[in-house]
Amino acid sequence: MDVVLDNLDVFTRGMRTTVWLTGLSFALALVVGTLVAVFRVSPVPPLRWVGTLYVETVRNTPLTVLFVLFFFGLTKVGILYSAFTTAVIVLGGYTGAFVGEMLRSGINTVSRGQAEAARALGLTFPQVLRIVVLPQALRTVVAPLGGLAIALIKNSSIASVVAVKELSYLTGQLGNDTARYVPVLLGAAAAYLVLTVPLGIAIEALNRKVAIRR
Amino acid sequence: MSAPTALLLADELGPRGRRRVVIATILASIGLLLLGYVAYGRLSDRGQLEWEKWEPLTRWTVIKFLLDGLANTVRAAAVAGLVALVLGALLALLRLSLTAPVRWFAAVFIEFFRGVPLILLIFFTYFGLRSYDVDITPFRALVLALAVYNGAVFGEIFRAGIRSLDRGQTEAAYAVGLGYWPAMLFVVIPQAVRRMVPAIVSQMVTLLKDTSLGFIITYDDLLRRSRSTREFFDNQLPTMLVVALMYIVVNYSLGRLARWLEVRQRRRFGAGAIVVAGAEDLNQTAVVAASTAGVAGFGGDGGGGGDAPA
Repeated sequence: MDVVLDNLDVFTRGMRTTVWLTGLSFALALVVGTLVAVFRVSPVPPLRWVGTLYVETVRNTPLTVLFVLFFFGLTKVGILYSAFTTAVIVLGGYTGAFVGEMLRSGINTVSRGQAEAARALGLTFPQVLRIVVLPQALRTVVAPLGGLAIALIKNSSIASVVAVKELSYLTGQLGNDTARYVPVLLGAAAAYLVLTVPLGIAIEALNRKVAIRR
Repeated sequence: MSAPTALLLADELGPRGRRRVVIATILASIGLLLLGYVAYGRLSDRGQLEWEKWEPLTRWTVIKFLLDGLANTVRAAAVAGLVALVLGALLALLRLSLTAPVRWFAAVFIEFFRGVPLILLIFFTYFGLRSYDVDITPFRALVLALAVYNGAVFGEIFRAGIRSLDRGQTEAAYAVGLGYWPAMLFVVIPQAVRRMVPAIVSQMVTLLKDTSLGFIITYDDLLRRSRSTREFFDNQLPTMLVVALMYIVVNYSLGRLARWLEVRQRRRFGAGAIVVAGAEDLNQTAVVAASTAGVAGFGGDGGGGGDAPA
């Protein structure tokens, strides 16, 4: 285990990058996801098609392929970013497709009667959404979105294929350098747990707090 | 795709609303055409549309080379998927066991392997075992890592499926004199499996996508082969677009299969109120289970059967 203890700074450095990477990509994913959800429920057909096309394309492509496509392919048409920025864009865009689907299904879980009752009271469409539907819809997506954030922490490890120096990249390197693979892997696993477990507990608490009591 | 949700939230559109939609449609179309035009200009300016970049991808030898890579991808995914299913079933049973230490063991196993990013697991399986003089092939290392990781995920899916069953089912089974194992085998598992099928297929899509991570340990899959192709012909972008399309076709078909299975199951067993109520529960749990499973590639990432509209 002393391999891990002697190189604790490698782990903390990696964790810091992983946290930044995850935080920024998740923020981007929320923006992309909201746009996707709006597009997909929009009454304007071309926007719906774009939304559907985006979700189906992104969801069915391996994240690794997206990274390679973006990093090696799009540079050929002059879309040049640092490895870290590329990683944020790819992870955010990818996760955004899932966020969009979750928001959409969250809106669908609010029973029709709610919107109908709100309309019967004379609320306008924006009011129906803002006062009645969205508050209920958002509560139901807290847990899935939280799950997605945890998944994102682990997905961010794929950024190591374009040499972003996050936790997986650095620990992989440490494994190679020291050839002490088992302790390093256990250390890396522990480091990921340190990130995911508290987040999981926080989400659980938040979910309990906003849950609709019936 | 049919009735957009927005229409449920508002009254049927009147003449003015319909006119607005028409105008928005035209504007959006113009915007999209402009966007397409800009992209086209960019591509042709940089010479990415020249025939010599695309021509290699029309040669049968190149196509065959890539298709063989895809076959390797599918093969690794299929073997890993089978092993993972068996492992997952075992883990779920252990985790529902009546003996506490057995439960703990299964829980630790599942949490550990679900908690580690798959790419790290693949990397360490291959190089770690090699460093201890185990002569493991990239194929076996990839299958092993995928199977252990997805076994843990399947274990959770199975457990969610079994627990989503109404307790009355088990109690009724006990009441007619069945013991623990017969009740599991004849009453609980057959019903639970039906509910889990869509989630399982979704996870399989994720697994197939994750197989592309094998390229870091030089497994000869589609992604690895695309690298030889695009470096040899110096056509990074065209090759990657074609490769992405190949993945999309396979995964999209699998996704449709999952959707079809789910719809069929609803239609066949929909009459039973218990099954219907449970199926919705499972969708919820499956999303959570799959997404917390952190499917690198994920779908799982969130895709676990959750996207199907209820």
